[in-house]
Amino acid sequence: MGITGTIYGINGPIVVVRGNLGFQMNEMVYVGEMRLIGEVIGLTREETTIQVYEETGGLHPGEVVEGAGHAICATLAPGILYNIFDGIERPLEVIAKEHGAFIPRGAQAASLDTERIWQTHITVREGDLVAPGSVIAEVPETQSIVHRVMLPPGMSGEIIRIVPDGGYTISDELAVVRTPDGREASVTMTQKWPIRIPRPVANRHPAERPLVTGQRILDTLFPIAKGGTAALPGGFGTGKTMTQHQLAKWCDADIIIYIGCGERGNEMTNVLEEFGELVDPKSGNLLMDRTTLIANTSNMPVAAREASIYTGITLAEYYRDMGYHVAIMADSTSRWAEALRELSGRLEEMPAEEGFPAYLASRLSAFYERAGYVENLNGSEGSVTIIGAVSPQGGDFSEPVTQNTKRFVRCFLALDKSLAYARHYPAINWLTSYSEYMGDLAPWYGSNVGEDFVHCRNQILNILTTENRLNEIVKLIGSDVLPDDQKLILEVARVIRLGFLQQNAFHAEDTFVPMEKQLRMMEVILHLYERCRALVEMGMPMALLRESDVFEKIIAVKYDVPNREPERFAEYDAMIEAFYQQLMKSNA
Amino acid sequence: MSIEYLGLSEINGPMVVIEGVRGAFYDEIVEFDVAGKQKKLGRIVEIDEDKAVIQVFENTAEMSLLNTRTRLTGRPMEIGLSEEILGRTFNGLGEPIDGLGAVRAEERRDVNGQPMNPCTREYPRNYIRTGISAIDGLTTLIRGQKLPIFSGNGLPHDELAAQIVEQASLGDAPGEDGEEFAVVFAAMGVKYDVAEYFRRTFEECGASAHVAMFLNLSNDPVVERLITPKVALTAAEYLAFEKNMHILVILTDMTSYAEAMREVSSLKGEIPSRKGYPGYLYSELASLYERAGIVKGASGSVTQIPILTMPNDDITHPIPDLTGYITEGQIVLERALHQKTIYPPINVLPSLSRLMKDGIGAKYTREDHQDVANQLFSSYARVGEARDLASVIGEDELSPVDKKYLAFGLAFEQEFVGQGRNENRTIEETLDIGWRLLHILPREELDRIDTKILEKYWETGEG
Repeated sequence: MGITGTIYGINGPIVVVRGNLGFQMNEMVYVGEMRLIGEVIGLTREETTIQVYEETGGLHPGEVVEGAGHAICATLAPGILYNIFDGIERPLEVIAKEHGAFIPRGAQAASLDTERIWQTHITVREGDLVAPGSVIAEVPETQSIVHRVMLPPGMSGEIIRIVPDGGYTISDELAVVRTPDGREASVTMTQKWPIRIPRPVANRHPAERPLVTGQRILDTLFPIAKGGTAALPGGFGTGKTMTQHQLAKWCDADIIIYIGCGERGNEMTNVLEEFGELVDPKSGNLLMDRTTLIANTSNMPVAAREASIYTGITLAEYYRDMGYHVAIMADSTSRWAEALRELSGRLEEMPAEEGFPAYLASRLSAFYERAGYVENLNGSEGSVTIIGAVSPQGGDFSEPVTQNTKRFVRCFLALDKSLAYARHYPAINWLTSYSEYMGDLAPWYGSNVGEDFVHCRNQILNILTTENRLNEIVKLIGSDVLPDDQKLILEVARVIRLGFLQQNAFHAEDTFVPMEKQLRMMEVILHLYERCRALVEMGMPMALLRESDVFEKIIAVKYDVPNREPERFAEYDAMIEAFYQQLMKSNA
Repeated sequence: MSIEYLGLSEINGPMVVIEGVRGAFYDEIVEFDVAGKQKKLGRIVEIDEDKAVIQVFENTAEMSLLNTRTRLTGRPMEIGLSEEILGRTFNGLGEPIDGLGAVRAEERRDVNGQPMNPCTREYPRNYIRTGISAIDGLTTLIRGQKLPIFSGNGLPHDELAAQIVEQASLGDAPGEDGEEFAVVFAAMGVKYDVAEYFRRTFEECGASAHVAMFLNLSNDPVVERLITPKVALTAAEYLAFEKNMHILVILTDMTSYAEAMREVSSLKGEIPSRKGYPGYLYSELASLYERAGIVKGASGSVTQIPILTMPNDDITHPIPDLTGYITEGQIVLERALHQKTIYPPINVLPSLSRLMKDGIGAKYTREDHQDVANQLFSSYARVGEARDLASVIGEDELSPVDKKYLAFGLAFEQEFVGQGRNENRTIEETLDIGWRLLHILPREELDRIDTKILEKYWETGEG
């Protein structure tokens, strides 16, 4: 039984308790007869302020608030994957079974199934010395992922008792550890960790490996590193959610944490359905086997929306500690910032820009800094990559959330309204986006994809930049008056835009493209460019070059050459040579 | 619960404060008796120990600090529901105003509703044929979707919404499987004429027996307006998930709703965020819009068509902006098209239906639907560029391809987007018009259509 107090005032999700009763900052509390879950967010001599993670309608002044004695924690144990939780890790499937289609207030359920038996393989023996993070058992959590049961941070010593291999629940005692101070500590599969505090690591490594996504514009032009951070800002209808879904489906992380933060209910349903059917091309198992969804849709309580981001990253760090590469899709961080604003307004804090609280920037940076490629306490390597969607008001990137996010991420993928209107997907604007990781990742590309990869990529980007400059002129005087070498740049840029940058998420071959094919596509396009430039330099008019269907053929490469048959690119190189020779012959 | 409190300690616009109350709870409904003559309702919006701040739904005229008795009802805002609400007209609080007496309620429900569990949602896939090419072809409406109309003052959004209701409800779609279809209409701060227009339209098309109307007109109290959509959506959820009907909800005008929220928020002395709207505008809008959907195991659905008038036709204004982030797409009306006397004046480029991709194609409409839609979007986007160029260098100087785009743009606006107020096109007609218009362009410009589909359907457009 924790400390108790009585409710004095209520304003939306904010509840005030009179008097200094000894609650701690960020302590979890149970509010009222319905035992709604809340968190202490402010303490003065006179008042304790609590944010409640559920609707507060029906609360009376005078009802009891009881402290739990600890901060809001995530429960960490097998059963997290192939599951869907709300913002404070309540399992939505279980709530649906108990309460039906709608989520009532005060619905209580244990985060994870405590009765399910997990087949456990013990990996330590009595007498072994163990330290924080040491793996003591392995549990096949899903078809794809082996869950490594670790000693929680802060515990070390000698194993004095251990159970044999067999079936255990997450709350069964697996081992007893004698700690250096002589106490005996019991170890189960379950760990609790406060969601607002990063889990400890041994060391941070620089980002040197890319998160391969199979999306050409990302992998080639604006790569994200494993352990990196990326922001995906765009007005409504520009395809943020589509891009996030594509990344969640195809990126080469081991585990995906998908946070639907203040977004649409139907979208979460869609992910749940689709990922439960789609097969991960690498492992051959269902995508849901490596995925956890955190759904706090826009009509669910606002305070839980604020917490959902932290719950998500805590789960991610836990799997990272086991030595996995985890990617977090947070859709959308703006909704989270708005939850901060809403709560800040209710607390009558002094607003900074556009009503957002002044601590917006520090909260954002604290969140993004929890990403990283690290050496874990147990010596394994793992990473947490954060890809946060941003929904700027009115599609205007100068607003506070986008601007502050830009300061803390190293990859900025700006989604563009006019591209989306023309149904150019992914609608990532190649002129305003950037990735600071390109330099760090260049050695990896050089040794794993091809020596000329970075060179090709730079040339492609160059052509696109030049096209933009030329378009300024075309807008004023039309394209007919340009000299032929500039017309050629426009034509090749068109090939790049349609054939390379545009990627069809609904096409079986095009939805995911391996790095090798990406490189070969670039090479073919640049080969074409180089041959055409030679022809133009010899004085052949663009009109003549355009008569050939070679440009259209190259645009269709993405569909016509299957991912598994990159050798067929040789045919295209031959075709370009034939085109060149034929023009030389007939016009020489 | 029958304690009455005599007198008030403060009245400020529609807000009153009473002190010394016991046992009041947040969101509770209270009844006022003003000078023994008049009854009013209010809702508790803030409590500080024994002091309660109450919003009065009707206005506070004639209330004084001395003449008012306040009674706590001990329950949140509820309405009584049964199938009888169809064919009836209510005020913004759900009280009948058509003189036909009270509704015999089977059930009373809290109007605030509860969030739908994402696990129990059914992903919407069945499209609703509206008979309007720009919608069916390019921004397909799906059953269980929330698809708002972004409009401006003076644009024909009411006609469009009425046409959707007429053609969707009385077309071939609902009857075939014998499922029941009904309309819940909520007016928030609209003119009498608008409400009357909808009432008459429903009557003329013979749907009025399947319509429940909740009216808060522009001269009705502002605080009541905040409750109106909640009342209407509670009714819709009841009909959809208890009575298994397909419900189309028209909410008009969301701008007035948001304005009302701003008015009340500023009276409460809250810290404003953008343009004076309260910080919780997004959450409040979401709690309405998210009440659309389909629940697993129930055969009914709630489809929402909210209408909002963009202040100064500005799509980046907070109301359309936040709405667009919550809803599954939007249909945007444009003044320039309206001035060209094109009806419906839908600007297809910013319009979008997010659920369209899963509700069309061979299984639902026709295999070429997605490709044709993509091509029309992309070609029409090119039209804009050609027009910009023409306005600088003159039409004569344009390249032949650009000239074709101009011709395509004109024909697209007049023949594809434009149609009669009573014209009800089938999906085949819509797609065939699309193919015919694409024929204006050279075949190699059609880069969004799969080669096989292009070969199969290219002939369709000829002649």
